[in-house]
Amino acid sequence: MSEYLKPLPKPSPTSLPFWDSVRRHQLKLQRCSACHKFIYYPRTRCPYCMGDRLEWQPVSGRGKVYSYTVVRRASHRAFMDPYVLAIVELEEGPRMTTNIVAPPESVRVDMPVAVYFDDVTPDNTLVKFKPA
Amino acid sequence: MSLKGKAAAIGIGELKPMKEPGPTTTALGLMAQVTAEAIADSGLDKRDIDGLLVGMPFSDPGFIYPASAAEVLGLEVRMLNVVDIGGASPAGMIWRAAAAIDAGLCNAVLCLVADMNRAGDQRPPTVSVQREFESPYGNIGANCGYAMIANRHMFEFGTRPEQMAKVAVDQRANALKNPLATFNEKPLTIAEVLGSRMIVDPLHLYEIVSPVTGGAAVIVASPEIARRAKNPPIWLIGAGEYANHATITYAPSLTESPIKIAADAAFKMAGLERKDVDFVCPYDCYTITVLVTLEDAGFCKKGQGGPFIEEHDLTWKGDFPCNTHGGQLSFGQPGLAGGMSHVTEAIRQLMGRGGARQVKDASRGYVNGNGGIMSEQVSLVLERRS
Repeated sequence: MSEYLKPLPKPSPTSLPFWDSVRRHQLKLQRCSACHKFIYYPRTRCPYCMGDRLEWQPVSGRGKVYSYTVVRRASHRAFMDPYVLAIVELEEGPRMTTNIVAPPESVRVDMPVAVYFDDVTPDNTLVKFKPA
Repeated sequence: MSLKGKAAAIGIGELKPMKEPGPTTTALGLMAQVTAEAIADSGLDKRDIDGLLVGMPFSDPGFIYPASAAEVLGLEVRMLNVVDIGGASPAGMIWRAAAAIDAGLCNAVLCLVADMNRAGDQRPPTVSVQREFESPYGNIGANCGYAMIANRHMFEFGTRPEQMAKVAVDQRANALKNPLATFNEKPLTIAEVLGSRMIVDPLHLYEIVSPVTGGAAVIVASPEIARRAKNPPIWLIGAGEYANHATITYAPSLTESPIKIAADAAFKMAGLERKDVDFVCPYDCYTITVLVTLEDAGFCKKGQGGPFIEEHDLTWKGDFPCNTHGGQLSFGQPGLAGGMSHVTEAIRQLMGRGGARQVKDASRGYVNGNGGIMSEQVSLVLERRS
């Protein structure tokens, strides 16, 4: 297997539970106990109401492509081949920056997708999506 | 509280951008050059400058930057700050200068930006949350965010590629009359724009700014100084600023930007309607940026940016003059000085220094500065009073 050269997430104390669950192929997001909104990316306080009780909860992993692009010339030298960068809106509300694992020409705005855990290295898993 | 008529731009300095910096070019050297030009243009003495708002150049960044820039320029100032709101920084400097002047803190503020770009330059690191949640997926640089805005706009409103392309085409016609523009020799056609290489779907090469090297400076002064200035003073009569996200993924909407609130605030302060301005200078890092700005700034209805651009002539002699300097798409983007080019062009037009691209009887102009991926927004209304 060739060396993985793309940037890898460096978990912070705030985000460690997120990446730990992702490594176990579970998608968990924080939910604010005060305003009940789901939150992405992880915070120390709710960005909607400043509540400080945020609980980790499993989410469906289902959503829709809010928008996407096919990056044919990237700003980073590790991204050589065209790839689909997307914003997925989860059923639970939050939007995530991600990749769609599908032929670029098949991707459409509003297309339903489901989570796909990409084990890019033995220690790192990224949250990507595939057509549902 | 209002900044209407509390300060005026009285002098500008701006370099013709270089595609490649020369062997002796430095960001601080470019700053010194445009500062000298702006001071000479204003007719002030260097000792009259008592405030400094400066942009941090990517090519020579550092903490505690403003004092270093002031020291290099030999300025003694009563107020000094870096303005760090991306491409909106220059427009943001103008109202901050006016606010400092109105508060009695200083009398003449130098607003200063310059930078150099070389092929393959690395950008400074982003904030930790972007390195963690964006970079691993390749959401790096500005191109992809604007491409996703364009795709969503096409999905929601049926916007077509040729409508976006016309922004680059009309602005190129303006650039042909601007000796300072980087791309001012050949006209551009919609077919050429759409035939240029696809970089990030749906944006083609000619819809994306080119990084270049250059700089610009504007001197904003108190009414007392402005009234005895060499040039006709160009008054700030409206200003508004707004931001609601950094990364576009977490913006409330991809197609409705914070420009709406910034522009509404600026026109409210000015006490004017959209039809009262004679030309517009919207930030144009990409063609789609102009389209969304014209909608959100209220020059057409949401979703109608495409047809609006098709139906109007955006050239200096047209019915809706837009970025008469060519926009950054044709002028080039010398770092933050790209954002200042919209401000300097508005000032030139209002001073009557538009040369071959002068908008007839221009007395009021609208400027929008845009930072990041449709993030920080600054709207200004500028006026020449007879």
